Amino acid sequence: MLRLIGRRLLLMVPTLILASMLIFALAEVLPGDVGRSILGPYATQQQVDILNHTLGADKPIYERYAVWAKNFVTGNWGHSPVNQLPIASTVMRALANSLLLAGFALVIIVPLSILIGVFAGLRRDSFLDRTITISTLSMTVIPEFVSGVILIWLFAVQLKWLPVSATPPDGANFFERLYYLILPAIPLMFLELGYIARMARVGTVQVLSMPYIRTAVLKGLPRRRVIFGHVLRNAMVPTVTVIGSQVGWLIGGLVVIEFLFVYPGIGQLMLLSAQQKDVPTLEASVLMVAVIYMAANLIADIVVALLNPRIRMGG
Amino acid sequence: MGEDRPTPFGPDPDLENRVGQLGDDPEMMELAADTAAAGREAELPGASARPGGDYEADAAATAEQKRQRRYLFRALLHSPTFMIGLIIVLFWVFMALFSTFVTQDPFAQNAFGSLRTPSPAHWFGTDDLGRDVFARTMAGARTVLLIAPLATILALLWGGIIGLIAGFWRGLTDEIIMRLIDVLLALPIIITSILILSLFGKSTAIIIVTIGALFTPVVSRTVRAAVIGEREREYVMAARLRGERSAFVMAREILPNITQPMIVEGTVRLGYAVFTAATLAFLGFGLEPPSPDWGLTISTERAFLQIAPWTVLFPALALASLVVAVNLITDGLGRTFSK
Repeated sequence: MLRLIGRRLLLMVPTLILASMLIFALAEVLPGDVGRSILGPYATQQQVDILNHTLGADKPIYERYAVWAKNFVTGNWGHSPVNQLPIASTVMRALANSLLLAGFALVIIVPLSILIGVFAGLRRDSFLDRTITISTLSMTVIPEFVSGVILIWLFAVQLKWLPVSATPPDGANFFERLYYLILPAIPLMFLELGYIARMARVGTVQVLSMPYIRTAVLKGLPRRRVIFGHVLRNAMVPTVTVIGSQVGWLIGGLVVIEFLFVYPGIGQLMLLSAQQKDVPTLEASVLMVAVIYMAANLIADIVVALLNPRIRMGG
Repeated sequence: MGEDRPTPFGPDPDLENRVGQLGDDPEMMELAADTAAAGREAELPGASARPGGDYEADAAATAEQKRQRRYLFRALLHSPTFMIGLIIVLFWVFMALFSTFVTQDPFAQNAFGSLRTPSPAHWFGTDDLGRDVFARTMAGARTVLLIAPLATILALLWGGIIGLIAGFWRGLTDEIIMRLIDVLLALPIIITSILILSLFGKSTAIIIVTIGALFTPVVSRTVRAAVIGEREREYVMAARLRGERSAFVMAREILPNITQPMIVEGTVRLGYAVFTAATLAFLGFGLEPPSPDWGLTISTERAFLQIAPWTVLFPALALASLVVAVNLITDGLGRTFSK
């Protein structure tokens, strides 16, 4: 088990290094002349050159990458050239906001969609199963801004049950903040619902065809114990894997939802810094997202291993 | 060998003789020996009665393939999800091509008729510039239906080539390609496309290439998995024993046998491509006004969601119907193929 985790962690390092190179290469070509984009069109060329030199933007790209990577690892992320704020605290605050939103959505949707999927799998190929599968998948494939505007119109404009804005007034306590997050969280839940439910359903259908389930039924175990003791546990394996792999789409969804609801999370920060050509902030936030994404996949692998003795022992 | 699917060709009685003539290529010898052994084990009742010549066997195989294709086609016609999806998609394709002949001008502004509620004159109402929302909604399919299929074709093309190479050659090439794919998949697609589009500008061509490129790793993975499933089969070994070049074996032998997973993968990617193209347009990385593109319209008109919801809801429902329809087609295809 430890060997498995160790090997996966070792595999993450080169992937992360290559990803950081990719981000750096993309982001460095992005702004054209760094000094010029900060000082604007009216600065003299001399001023631009001086700023470029103090920023280190006139050094060769591999040298700048080395400095950047070292600073990133040591947590020395510097200040944003656009608003002069320390990047580390900006990114971390945005990340905390996003994690609250994404975590809120996941805490509700993961158990719910697993239940829906297992329920559909137990009634395999019935009308109910088909209806559940098609409708949950439809909810998942509809872009989150589409479901977002429809939900805003329905729950905030028509019914007036929920606030349009995602940002609570100052001094709101934790539960008030969650109340403001309900509406933004629903499209994110939709995004996950179909896949998790589908995997839970497939897992259930597969497990149900296993001989040991027949044994369990034949030896007279009550249906409830068969489902909760055997089916649910084994249907979890593909489900957890897909939750890990869906984190990428969840992050993409966060960008869209935070833009739609004007919520100060990591997605909005990335979008904003891309628009403002705030390259250091953009690089730091994209790289942080990559780290989180890979960590999520690693955690998913570990949980799968914990659920499945064959992988756990063989690791 | 636990292979229970009989190939169209029976075991080749000459194979063992030919193994002797192969000379000194140890890999080929091993392959040939395996094939011969497999052939002996898979002795089929009708196979030994095969009169010489590959011609009849080939003809029988093609007839069988044709019959199978006809069967698949008929099964698709009877799949309700596939047919409903297809009808909706065809409706939007028709509208993308011909909506201007059917509806009012989607660009005609009318300063005195802005934000009107739906009426017989304007079925879906008018937007903030007095433009007919029905005409704009119908025309809104154009950009998405241009970007998404072309991006999907690019992804299938590049992903197909990469997947074939990685899966067929294996070894170090495969290892390097798969590592690079892991890296590319470590970055969420929306974020990478924002990076690329803010770098290279946001023309339609660049959006198509970006989405195509970002979908390539996933397609390569699927194709590679399918190739690995095929490359140990007898017909591939036979082709290699005939001394065919790798490129020929990949393109003419393996590729036709992995079309089904590739078609399914293509429709899956098409659904994601519509999703991604619309999302990028919504985030402002797509087309510029006055394009009637759905994502763009939802983004610009959502300020009027409270006073004129029809300006946003109709494009939103249209986009939702297209995405769901593409996924219904995928669902129907997948179900029919897996039967």
